[in-house]
Amino acid sequence: MFLDLANKNLTQAAKPKHIPILFKPTRRHVLGGLGGLTIGLSLAACQSKTKSESPKALAEFPDNSGLEEGPGLFISIAEDGRIQIRSPRSEMGQHALTSVAQMIADELDVEWDMVELAQAIGHPKYGDQNTDGSTTVRNNMIHFRRAGASMRHMLEQAAANEWGVDKSECSSELGVIRHGSGKKISYGEIAKAAAALDIPSEEDVVIKDRKDWRYIGQSMPSVTVPKIVRGEGIFGIDVRLPNMLNAVIARPPTVWGKVKSFNPDDALAIAGVVKVLELPAPQGDAIGFQQVGGIAIVAKDTWAAIQGREALQVEWDAGPNETYNSDEYAAALTEAVNKPGDVKLRRGDVSSQLAQASKMVSADYYAAHLSQSPMEPPAATAKWDGDKVECWACTQAPQAARRTVAQVCGVPEENVTINVTWLGGGFGRKSKADFVVEAALIAREMGQAVKVTWTREDDLKHGYFHAVSAQHMEAALDENGQTTAWLHRSAFPSINSTFAAGVDQGSEFELSLGATDAPVAAPNMQVEIGKAEAHLRIGWLRSVANVYHHFAVGSFADELAHAAGRDSKDYLIELIGSDRNWDPTTDGAIYPNYGRSLEEYPIDTARLKAVIEKAAEMAGWGRDLPQGRGMGISAHRSFLSYVATCVEVDVDDEGRITIPNVWVALDAGTVVNPRHTKAQMEGGTLFGISNALYGEITAKDGVVQQTNFPDWRVMRMREAPRAMEVHIMESDAPPGGVGEPGTPPAAPAIANAIFAATGKRFRRMPILGQSDHLNLTGEG
Amino acid sequence: MAVLLKINGKSQAVDAAEGTPLLWVLRDHLGMTGTKFGCGIAQCGACTVHVDGQPIRSCITAHEDVEGTDIVTIEGLSSRQAAVIQAAWEAIDVPQCGYCQSGQIMSAVNLLANNANPSDGDIDDAMSGNICRCASYMRIRQAIKDAAKKL
Repeated sequence: MFLDLANKNLTQAAKPKHIPILFKPTRRHVLGGLGGLTIGLSLAACQSKTKSESPKALAEFPDNSGLEEGPGLFISIAEDGRIQIRSPRSEMGQHALTSVAQMIADELDVEWDMVELAQAIGHPKYGDQNTDGSTTVRNNMIHFRRAGASMRHMLEQAAANEWGVDKSECSSELGVIRHGSGKKISYGEIAKAAAALDIPSEEDVVIKDRKDWRYIGQSMPSVTVPKIVRGEGIFGIDVRLPNMLNAVIARPPTVWGKVKSFNPDDALAIAGVVKVLELPAPQGDAIGFQQVGGIAIVAKDTWAAIQGREALQVEWDAGPNETYNSDEYAAALTEAVNKPGDVKLRRGDVSSQLAQASKMVSADYYAAHLSQSPMEPPAATAKWDGDKVECWACTQAPQAARRTVAQVCGVPEENVTINVTWLGGGFGRKSKADFVVEAALIAREMGQAVKVTWTREDDLKHGYFHAVSAQHMEAALDENGQTTAWLHRSAFPSINSTFAAGVDQGSEFELSLGATDAPVAAPNMQVEIGKAEAHLRIGWLRSVANVYHHFAVGSFADELAHAAGRDSKDYLIELIGSDRNWDPTTDGAIYPNYGRSLEEYPIDTARLKAVIEKAAEMAGWGRDLPQGRGMGISAHRSFLSYVATCVEVDVDDEGRITIPNVWVALDAGTVVNPRHTKAQMEGGTLFGISNALYGEITAKDGVVQQTNFPDWRVMRMREAPRAMEVHIMESDAPPGGVGEPGTPPAAPAIANAIFAATGKRFRRMPILGQSDHLNLTGEG
Repeated sequence: MAVLLKINGKSQAVDAAEGTPLLWVLRDHLGMTGTKFGCGIAQCGACTVHVDGQPIRSCITAHEDVEGTDIVTIEGLSSRQAAVIQAAWEAIDVPQCGYCQSGQIMSAVNLLANNANPSDGDIDDAMSGNICRCASYMRIRQAIKDAAKKL
């Protein structure tokens, strides 16, 4: 959905787009026998389980890659009954391949052990492939289930035809079609006949009742882990082609900077360097997913390319962003939120309430730029054949990569094939196709296969950074301590600035992530946006604007509790107020609701309060804690799921923090895989704590100052919580996201815990930065 | 000048420029991509391999400096500790994206080879050089303890 930003399509709470054509009664459906694309890096047989037969004894899967529609897009059945499921969704640690397989295999009705995984290339026929916005299950579950059910329907029909009976007399059972007479035939035996049948219509295909689910809702083991633990997974950076060269790029240190001059001689003198070439500068007035330009050093191995870049003599023209300094910008952002901005949500009359309140509370919050920094930095390989290019990349968005490579290289999209490898983390960075474009451009120049590898320094210096932001909060409390007015002003460079010129403030879409959706019961509420121009490429990072908005909202809720002299958890429940489905549009907000309707996915305050009560119960909220310990809580609905997080911290006399415990309660509606959902809560929570404690990217003269992991700090084992418990609420509500919702409440929960332990309020992210000690004396 | 490296029990002649880190020799010259690049400056541990039984960061180790040693990579793990650790990792699905996990496992194997019953502090010390951006730390810790029990 975030790619919609590029299309300026923010204001419509549209239905999910890009639905694969699974039902079309009139067209012939061909399951096998077509030639077509060769996927150079098939991820088939991801599972390590060894079959008793030698690999040569296994039947081949029919090549379905040429299909344009129908369940065969996702399912191939070999004569021996093995099932190949082709995932259109990228695997980046959320175990998407496993959950996609669960959804399809359940409806297809096959043995789990018969399932093998493959990865789809980037193509619109596969539907929505943008692995982003925590959408794999929440937006696609019904399509995957229908694909499985549709294929099962065709297998049953083929068996019925074979036996000359009515289909209604046939039924499936784990890879076999049975007839009442006792006849049976395996999927493998009937698959070819099924392939020749028409694709059924949607009305004819029955999906299972929830009570009959076999795999959905079960903690099926990951299909990728057995390969991972043996070092056998193939990530983007691992791709190797015959005669492949390796490239790194010296990129302009500033965004829109350009090469002024360069001398390739010293780079070419490095053994192994074969070519030094200038990349075209980005075109137009928005940088989008284009390459940023610079000088590519192409070599026989990656190390030689890196050494060549060290030696390269290059002068840069800094361009328009050389004035960007984080210190000054922080002051400007804070100033921006301390004066009236554009009102984007208005309920009641906040100003008069604030003027006459018996108590007024206000606070400013700040959160630094962040980097996604997936452990695998961006890497892509490309190879041209005439005017056709084949790419291999760790991309979250293969269709966007295909589109952008086609646009930049000036070839039709049909000429671009994007093979999707495993991703060594994504977190939003690998939605952006710039690195794939770079590979395509260099490979075309070289006339042979080229892999572009980003070093960690490249990743940190030239990223699509999570926005820096300032938030100003004000609230009026009545004589009972109840919040009667809530003002939230936000300023941050918008993601839209990456896709359009002249953007000088955040969007309604970004405000809807944690600001305009804050379910505050106060009769008066106002949300405003302040001015902020962008000077880096701004992109999305796990949970996007929820990170900074909810840091402010979740911290401020706690501040109000303390101002009112109330328990933090009880006050939070009261702040949310009565059980209701809240619609921010009734207060004038534009509210995209993560691309789904509020009828299907309401903002249900009862569910939010329920996870708060659950997390508090798990934590033993309110119990006595030893000296130096404190507990903090926060809760937020994001990506259509509800998460409450309770963090316990221990702060020693010197201000060193440890985290003895974390408790998380999640209501994600229907959950496909509880084990992997819990893993996302664990990882998402720790990602959020890492942001809150350590994460800070800064710029000086337009140049990002951080270089590598020592000065870009992320959580390590010794800083991880000692214990963590995740509870998934039982629910048959439609599925919500799970990859991102764990992150937003983690930051305010730990800040609130630190306040509880120390009495010191930290309103700036990162709380620790490079230090190992809280600054318990100065201003938060 | 070819350098003879003994990797996973097999001797291989490598013709790489002097100073080329073992990491890039493994990945680019020998096609052994199980050992990962994460930072290039020994800060993240993704490139961890064993040299004569000790974990080292192959991204800062010149390949010619490990000539004559026994090098073991993720692809060549064969000890009982390693098998138990891999099984423990699989039993609770420790990895998320998995990119750092070669290095995590190499560090964990060494920890358990030297310490049959590591405390939380021991695990912190042995594993804090290995960054996991997915933050699978809770399960890494659990799996190390599970493996220790089995051993």
